[in-house]
Amino acid sequence: MSTLTDPPKPGFRLSQLIYDTRYRSITIQVIALALIVAAFWWLGNNTVNNLNALGKDFNFGFLNNAAGYDINQKLIAYNNQMSHGRAALVGILNTLLVAFLGCIAALIIGVFVGVLRLSKNWVVSKLMAVYVEGFRNVPLLIWILLIGAVMSESMPQPREFRGENATQSMYFSDNVAVTNRGIWIPRIGFTNSVSGEEAVAPVEGAAAVASGGLDWLLVLGTLGLSLFAMRLVRQRADRIQQATGERPTTWYQRLGLLVIPVGIVLFLLGATIVSPYLKGFNFTEGIHLRNSLIALWFALSLYTGAFIAEIVRAGILAVSKGQSEAAAALGIQPSRTMNLVILPQAMRVIIPPLISQFLNLTKNSSLAIAVGYMDVRATLGGITINQTGRELEGMLLMGAFYLALSLVISGGMNYYNRSTQLAER
Amino acid sequence: MKKTVFFGALTVAGLTAGMASAATLDDVKARGSLNCGVTTGLVGFAAPDAEGVWEGFDVGVCRAVAAAIFGDPTAVEFVPTTGQTRFTALASGEIDLLARNTTWTMSRDVDLKFEFVGVNYYDGQGFLVPKALGVTSAKELDGATVCIQTGTTTELNLADFFRVNDISYEPVPIETNAEGQQQYLAGACDVYTTDASGLAATRATFENPADHVLLPEIISKEPLGPLVRHGDNEWGDIARWTLNALITAEELGVTSENIEELAATPGNNPEVNRLLGTEGELGAQLGLDADWAKNAIAAGGNYGELFDNNIGENTSIGLARGLNAQWTDGGLIYSPPFR
Repeated sequence: MSTLTDPPKPGFRLSQLIYDTRYRSITIQVIALALIVAAFWWLGNNTVNNLNALGKDFNFGFLNNAAGYDINQKLIAYNNQMSHGRAALVGILNTLLVAFLGCIAALIIGVFVGVLRLSKNWVVSKLMAVYVEGFRNVPLLIWILLIGAVMSESMPQPREFRGENATQSMYFSDNVAVTNRGIWIPRIGFTNSVSGEEAVAPVEGAAAVASGGLDWLLVLGTLGLSLFAMRLVRQRADRIQQATGERPTTWYQRLGLLVIPVGIVLFLLGATIVSPYLKGFNFTEGIHLRNSLIALWFALSLYTGAFIAEIVRAGILAVSKGQSEAAAALGIQPSRTMNLVILPQAMRVIIPPLISQFLNLTKNSSLAIAVGYMDVRATLGGITINQTGRELEGMLLMGAFYLALSLVISGGMNYYNRSTQLAER
Repeated sequence: MKKTVFFGALTVAGLTAGMASAATLDDVKARGSLNCGVTTGLVGFAAPDAEGVWEGFDVGVCRAVAAAIFGDPTAVEFVPTTGQTRFTALASGEIDLLARNTTWTMSRDVDLKFEFVGVNYYDGQGFLVPKALGVTSAKELDGATVCIQTGTTTELNLADFFRVNDISYEPVPIETNAEGQQQYLAGACDVYTTDASGLAATRATFENPADHVLLPEIISKEPLGPLVRHGDNEWGDIARWTLNALITAEELGVTSENIEELAATPGNNPEVNRLLGTEGELGAQLGLDADWAKNAIAAGGNYGELFDNNIGENTSIGLARGLNAQWTDGGLIYSPPFR
């Protein structure tokens, strides 16, 4: 005879919240949520209380007030009577400029060094190893300061270019001036500008030139069309090769497509080279690459390039040896194996970590103030905050800007990443 | 004393956000030292000496305030600040007093919510150029590259000056005086501009000071003075009257040498007696000891002694008293009476 005990009543005891696996995860999540809400409430409350205690309000009206300070490197028109918002925009564009230049240079350096570090030549591979270890193991700020100091201390002053017996002379038949205030390079001006900008003579007696956005749009648009046409030519060559096995020679067609249309547009616009020359205290005309830009750009690209080199090397090593052996067996020249077989496969491994390096470079550009480069950290996050006392608003705006920029970069790179991934069926 | 502690406790309890509590004096006393913001290094005004001890004209103000509170001029923590970090440091409570050749302007007083407690140096913005440049006036600086400390009034004055005179310049923003000096000496900028006193102090540290000249133009009024946060008037009073005590001491002939004697045996000048606490209770009104002003003056001497020892004509910086002479000598230095 057996007796059946009653099944336990399905009552709910409080201890089940901790000991019963059915409820435990919910308990933990509720507690975590409460803690997070409390933390945010505390932060918000603290901010409000402190602002009250200091007698400050919270508004962004200061962005419309006149900034009152000057900025040396400006990609858009700016003077000190314009608003703090405009000054912030000038800083944002400077940040974008150095981040863009830095990402490109770092990528080029990184790919070259990464490939060369795998070279069978002992000297080359060891030199690259020294570069990588040297740059990535020393803080970026030190490199920025070092390059900035080398530029300002060891290059000649503009006044040394002056006079009959000048101690310094310009390079490339008086077209490039390297000074301790930066490097002046020639710019292109258009005598028949269509931009509607007022043409000015760079030197007395020379033809008046202007250089507006519309002119450049025309030139770059032509270049884009040329590149598109070159692609069509290449696709046609591919089709013929697949059909007949013979690849037609196309290099002269493609070269012609690249050079001739742009050449015609430049000729019609009356493009002339405007060289820098010494006037007063400094060089004038041409494009002035300031010390601050050069120091920041070089340091960022060399530093990040060292990391990218390692990523590239890892990506190449990730491609199995069988691939290069197969390429050799098929008779592909060793010099083309890298471009045709290894790198396309390595890209799949390289791109994801490359995104973080680009993000790092962009955010690291906020060290700009160390050499006096006027990026968004120096304008909005530096002088504007200091002159208006709007620390909270300024910092929030700056954080939002860097967040947005990073999301845009990683969004774009992720899109590219998807396009290079292996298409699996 | 009991009462202030009680009120201090009440205030702390009343504010959930303890950071910007109103009773700075109680915080300072509880901490046992004064947190004083100074420059990152400007010889004569505030710079550490070979032993790492801070000294200078602005440092003297910090030490006097510390002496007034604790009777000990060394009870100061010096916090080096740049032109950009100084206001945040003061507003956030990291420092109690900012004595960093800071210009008294309306917007700093009103909008940034600070309280300037007085002026310890009447200055103006000048330009320093190498003699070899052959420039004799600031108006000849069209197209020049100018080194300028960011986050300062000089930055705004510079922009105004060049705009009004319709000439152009290329600003090179720098963060500290040391950086400016390096850039200027390397020739990365033609001109260095900041307060004329700062230029004189900087030039004094050059290898060949005679190769550099100050241009005659003084393009702005720069009344430099110590400042505190808005909203704690008792604390502001202590800083203000300590500075006034130094100024009054010079006017009345009280020096670090004769102060012990004058304090020990009250003379027949009632204002000296009130100042030194041998008569009346001015110290108690501030919530300090009766000999607060005596300690403050004994710390580094009176205003004139501080000036002469740190930046005066007998030092390498060699600044004349000029506007900073006592009002009795035709200057602007003037203290309200101790009564």
